[in-house]
Amino acid sequence: MSKLGLDFTKVERARELSRKIADDVQAYVEQHTTTSIERAICRLFGIDGVDEEGIPIPNIVVKQLTDNNLLNEGICRFLGNAILETGMDVQEIAEKVSGGELDITRVKMHPLDEIKLTLKPLVDNAVNRVRKNRDKRDDLLDRIGEGPRPYLYVIVATGNIYEDAIQARAAVEQGADIVAVIRSTAQSLLDYVPYGATTEGYGGTYATQENFRIMREALDEAGDKVGRYVRLCNYCSGLCMPEIAVMGAFERLDVMLNDALYGILFRDINMKRTLIDQFFSRVINGFAGVIINTGEDNYLTTSDAYEAAHTVLASQFINERLALLAGIPEEQMGLGHAFEMDPSMKNGFLYELAQAQLSREIFPKAPLKYMPPTRYKTGNIFKGHIQDAMFNVISIMTNQAIQLLGMPTEAIHTPFMGDRYLSIENARYIFNNMRDISKEISFKNGGLIQKRAKKVFDEATYLLEHISEEGLFSALEKGIFADIKRPRDGGKGLSGVAEKSDDYFNPFISEMLGGNLR
Amino acid sequence: MKKIDEKSIRPYGDTLNDGKIQLSFTLPVKSDERAKTAAKKLMIKMGLANPQVVYQRSLSEGFTFFVAYGDCTHSVDYTKIEDTGIAITRRSLKEIDSLIKEKLGRKIAVVGATTGSDAHTVGLDAIMNMKGFAGHYGLERYEMIDAYNLGSQVQNMELIRKGIEVGADALLVSQTVTAKNAHVKNLTELVELLEAENIRDRFILIVGGPRISHELARELGFDAGFGPGTYAEDVASFILDELAERNK
Repeated sequence: MSKLGLDFTKVERARELSRKIADDVQAYVEQHTTTSIERAICRLFGIDGVDEEGIPIPNIVVKQLTDNNLLNEGICRFLGNAILETGMDVQEIAEKVSGGELDITRVKMHPLDEIKLTLKPLVDNAVNRVRKNRDKRDDLLDRIGEGPRPYLYVIVATGNIYEDAIQARAAVEQGADIVAVIRSTAQSLLDYVPYGATTEGYGGTYATQENFRIMREALDEAGDKVGRYVRLCNYCSGLCMPEIAVMGAFERLDVMLNDALYGILFRDINMKRTLIDQFFSRVINGFAGVIINTGEDNYLTTSDAYEAAHTVLASQFINERLALLAGIPEEQMGLGHAFEMDPSMKNGFLYELAQAQLSREIFPKAPLKYMPPTRYKTGNIFKGHIQDAMFNVISIMTNQAIQLLGMPTEAIHTPFMGDRYLSIENARYIFNNMRDISKEISFKNGGLIQKRAKKVFDEATYLLEHISEEGLFSALEKGIFADIKRPRDGGKGLSGVAEKSDDYFNPFISEMLGGNLR
Repeated sequence: MKKIDEKSIRPYGDTLNDGKIQLSFTLPVKSDERAKTAAKKLMIKMGLANPQVVYQRSLSEGFTFFVAYGDCTHSVDYTKIEDTGIAITRRSLKEIDSLIKEKLGRKIAVVGATTGSDAHTVGLDAIMNMKGFAGHYGLERYEMIDAYNLGSQVQNMELIRKGIEVGADALLVSQTVTAKNAHVKNLTELVELLEAENIRDRFILIVGGPRISHELARELGFDAGFGPGTYAEDVASFILDELAERNK
């Protein structure tokens, strides 16, 4: 039963439009690979480490392909062939490449079938490693349980992973269900993944596999103590989407920000590069049981939240379809939206309520990620605390799933331990005190809320029609989202894209997704 | 009713000179009576008499959060304090456009960017974008201003290059990330680059951000700094007056 009086045949129509938009993108994506995808494959095979200058070995190995204009062939055939020819294991080969002692593009080539057979155990090994982590998560959830939805999601961002772990433990004791480690500013623009435990970062902490491991251990310990599984979140977005997805799969991350549209709009990453990257990273996330978070909420930091509300919904539709194509079930789709309307707006709360309920009804199974007010936080921490309370009320009234907690000190500093406590207390108070409110309320027929929802939905459908005619690439060039225009061949990372050759293969896509994609 | 002695002002709770201050902080110790005493001792050292811990709670093993009140024993001589704020005549968009026509007789060019690794554009967009912020239109909306918004993570050299290319009158830098003084490094580098090229005087240099004050901006070699609660009109007015002054 729709509380908003939505016409679900119209919702189906919107889904058809988004299917067309996503299918067009997918047709392009499937014909291409990127440096980051090939590096991710290296990592899946177990290649890791850095050379004496700190350059990650997966980068060095893949560079041998790009230097010889062979990215289009993919790393698999060269690695598999090198194993066949030299009898060394894959890490040994990678280290020889790194030391300048081996050029895998110039080794005697064996038949493709033999190469694939040689790689098979390595592929199985990687897939099993990820599967084991997924099973372990399921087992822990069964055994120690989890907090009720909306999950309380907090961030830590000290720059020092060991300090982050202390902050995270405290947050868990206060009630956090998800802890996200904010990345160091601009990591998304690095075309490599930093290595090892890090203690220096700006505005956040580098996403490295070792940092993932340290935080996972801290959260498992803390979760065990409080009797609640605590999810770990990090960021796949940026130039290394697939590689970070692999690291996340290996270290049992539970939630990952994963949105090419965000990278295109807010980090000026080339749209072709990142949409290709996104597909493989989502295949990995999907298989690993990771809940992805999309970044529609960000549109409202540059566009007006009232006027641009429909762009959020339209983007959710597109992201849903792109995620389905990558094998992500609805239960793992943390589609994003936000509470960002101007607090001085008359009836603003009602419009926010309409928007949140609209997302809920259109994506009933998705663990929606609801983002807190940031744009109209002023430094008045007292008012900020009330803004966050309003946001929490909407969330419990509309059954959101992942509540990124607002901080009273937003716009001042990355949260202090005490700020986080106040925010968690705020949310727990409201969620508990209003626990079953959503079952008790309905919205007035033809009232403000229903009308607003209908308007936003109709505008979103209209926008989807427009994008489906125009194509997503071209629509992005025209500034369809967040008032930001991005040329299709502009931005960062285009040089790392190649069209797949006839012999190209990536065995992980069929292993993780099923089907015959290569 | 007591009269305010400007030579000795103190915080005001509900009575003149009561010195009431409210604070909250966390101490890295277990929550108990000892922690409370430590909190009070600390407040006394801060110059707060009659320290009262009104709330305390354990945040985690070995961390305690406090809400507390105390009476400030210090005062400041208000008569000795100079106004370090920026003096701006508040005008409307229309007034500014017509004053630019009248006083300068040409369009003003402004280039804005968030520099360094800082990826935040909310502040920059609030000043630059057509739409503006909280009902205050951005510089793009001004008929007599050519506004170029370069977005985020722009290197200082790139900003300067664009400034020269379009013959900018003013360069606007937005800085949000202040962790580990990243903004100071960025801002200082811009001034140094301009000085090294001998073109510092060619531009009016302005910085804005949630943690930026006019005083800090001046200290770093900028012409003006805009903090929270300032809008495009304030920036435009400043540029206008500064250009008019320089033309004299």
